[in-house]
Amino acid sequence: MKFARWLAGAAALAAVLAVILWRPFPFLFYPKLPLVGFFGRALYVLILASLLCLYRVARGPTSADRIVAVDLLGIMIIGLCAVLTIVTQRSWYLDIGLAWALQSFITILALSKFLEGKDLDS
Amino acid sequence: MILEWAGLAFITVGLAFDLFGCIGLIRLPDVYLRLQAATKCITLGTCSILFGTFLMTGFTSPGIKALLCIYIIALTNPVAAHVIARSAHRGGIKFWKGTVVDHYAEDQGKKL
Repeated sequence: MKFARWLAGAAALAAVLAVILWRPFPFLFYPKLPLVGFFGRALYVLILASLLCLYRVARGPTSADRIVAVDLLGIMIIGLCAVLTIVTQRSWYLDIGLAWALQSFITILALSKFLEGKDLDS
Repeated sequence: MILEWAGLAFITVGLAFDLFGCIGLIRLPDVYLRLQAATKCITLGTCSILFGTFLMTGFTSPGIKALLCIYIIALTNPVAAHVIARSAHRGGIKFWKGTVVDHYAEDQGKKL
C-alpha cells in the first residue's frame, strides 16, 4: 500500500514534468509574455516547485513544517523574480526580490520565536 | 555568447536543485530531515539562478541587483534554518520514530 502510494506520486510528478518540459503552453492570463522557449520551461518548473511547497504548507503535520515551507517558498520566489527579469527585460523584478529576501528573513525570525513558546524578551 | 551559454547552464543547474529540494520537502518524514534536505538545496539553487542572471546581463542594473540578492540570501538563509531547527527542538516538536541519536538534548542533560 505504501509502495503503491509512492509509485503513484512519482508517476504523477514525472507526468507533470514531462508535459511541462515537452510543450509548455502560453499563459492564459498574460499572453504577451513569450513563454515557449527555455525560460517558459524555467518558469513552469519554478511554479511546480512552489505548488509542492504550498502543499506542504497546507498539509504540514506540525507548525514547524509550515514555517520551513514558507521560508523555502520565499527563497524560491526570488529565483522566479530573476527569471522574470531576463524574460521581460525589466530590472525592477529584482527589486522585488531584494525586498522579499529581507522581509522573509524577518518573518522567519518572528515565526520561529513564536514557535518556541517563550516570551518575546528572552 | 559564451557568457549566455554559461548563464543558461547555471540557471538549469539551479532549477534542478530547486525542484529536488521541493521533492525532499514533500517526501521526507520529519521537520529536521526536511530542513536539512530542503534548505541547502534551495539556497544553492536560487544562488545559482541569480548568478546565471548576473552572467547573462553583465554589469548592468539587474546584474548588480542579482549579486546583492546572492549576498543577502547566502547571509540570511542558513541563519533562518538554524533558528527554525533550534526553536522546533525547544518547542518540543517530535522526532521521527527512526531517530537514533540527539546530541543537542544530550548536551542539555536530557534523555531522548
